[in-house]
Amino acid sequence: MNLDFSFFTLNIISNFIIKGLLFSIKLTLVTLVCGLIIGTMIAMMRLSKFKILNYPALGYVVLIRSLPFVMVILWVFILIPLVIGKSIGSENSAYITYIVFESAFYSEIMRSGIQSVKKEQMQAGYAVGLTYFQSMRYIILPQAFRNMLPVILTQTIVLFQDTSLVYAIGAYDLLKGFEIVSKNFNRPVEAYLIAAVVYFIICFSLSYGVKLTQRKVQIAK
Amino acid sequence: MHYTFNWSFFFKSIGGKETYLTWLVTAWEWTLTISFFGFLVAFILGAIVGIFRTTNNKYLVTFGNIWTEIFRNIPLLVQIFLWYHVIPHFIPIINKAPRIVLVVMAIGLFTSSRVSENFKSGIQSLSIAQKHAGLALGLNTLQLYWYALLPQAIRIIIPTLTSEAMNIIKNSSVAFAISIAELTMFAMQAQEETARGIEIYLVVSVLYFISAFAVNLISQFIEHKIKIPNQTFVKQ
Repeated sequence: MNLDFSFFTLNIISNFIIKGLLFSIKLTLVTLVCGLIIGTMIAMMRLSKFKILNYPALGYVVLIRSLPFVMVILWVFILIPLVIGKSIGSENSAYITYIVFESAFYSEIMRSGIQSVKKEQMQAGYAVGLTYFQSMRYIILPQAFRNMLPVILTQTIVLFQDTSLVYAIGAYDLLKGFEIVSKNFNRPVEAYLIAAVVYFIICFSLSYGVKLTQRKVQIAK
Repeated sequence: MHYTFNWSFFFKSIGGKETYLTWLVTAWEWTLTISFFGFLVAFILGAIVGIFRTTNNKYLVTFGNIWTEIFRNIPLLVQIFLWYHVIPHFIPIINKAPRIVLVVMAIGLFTSSRVSENFKSGIQSLSIAQKHAGLALGLNTLQLYWYALLPQAIRIIIPTLTSEAMNIIKNSSVAFAISIAELTMFAMQAQEETARGIEIYLVVSVLYFISAFAVNLISQFIEHKIKIPNQTFVKQ
């Protein structure tokens, strides 16, 4: 039962942990922004009445959602060098994977967001002379985004947790930082305990924040 | 991009009668075993915790809420490392358990937090009159849940439980982190040994797809079997 946290000094934190934490946060934010943009486009494709747009988008979402995240990480990691002829490193590979993977999930969220806005809104847009893209841009999407904000944020917390899966290709994320500390000092019990607490504090406070946003969104309605 | 497929390595021996093909089949069995028992743990614990959260007892509610928050806010991979590195330090007997038990517990508890959410919202979506009618008939709390609330709630949440079961099959891939020879571990190792990543990943991905699809079929069958004709449960 003898736990010893004394090895866990400020020096260790700034040398090993911060680097990983920053990568995890960067991966989350880049994926959030790019994933939302691509996801929204996929959602618009899926809601289109043209089969040539509709089916590929549906196929993409079904394919991605039926694979384990780790398998997608591995797939991208071996496919990219094959396609472009050189390796791009595990960090860059992670960015691509996470955007590819999360776009499918954000697209499902945005699809139900767009569907949550009344059809008449679109017709009103046409009636005042806006094109399809203008009505989407100025009328539908802002409302869809606001309706879905809590769900988008919840998905982003899941995304932050999932950044730990880059373990499979050895990228340096928050968990990797703790792993290195645990090996360097041979203190796995303490290191993984702290890792769990750190993840918990981050994710718990974020989901508390989401709850507050949820209330605000509801009031705005 | 030019790639020539070559599937012959699947019949190459890896020692004795074992080939990559037999290894693959064993790996699939591991994935299904982990998923099955993981779901069992998640279902039982999730149901209990979810029920706790709908009672009037504030201690049970708080316990259920803390349980859900803890297992929901720590990444699955970190939870697996907790079971592997940290918990045996406090409960030494766990050292004797096979590693698959650790993964089943980690995945089961992680998913139980989500199953508890399903049970909670399923029960809360029932009309309050159901509870009152049960109490008026003289049922005690256990009887009320067993005979009146749960049979209705479970029918409502079958679709979400199905997607949790499919998630478990996908999440079982995280077991690679403590070197359990399931599908993802097989994919990584066989890829390294044979350098035929595309073929291996293709086969493994198809097997994951088939597994998840089978779960979907089974649950549709169950849903159909226990359906009550012309019945709507959700409060009007």
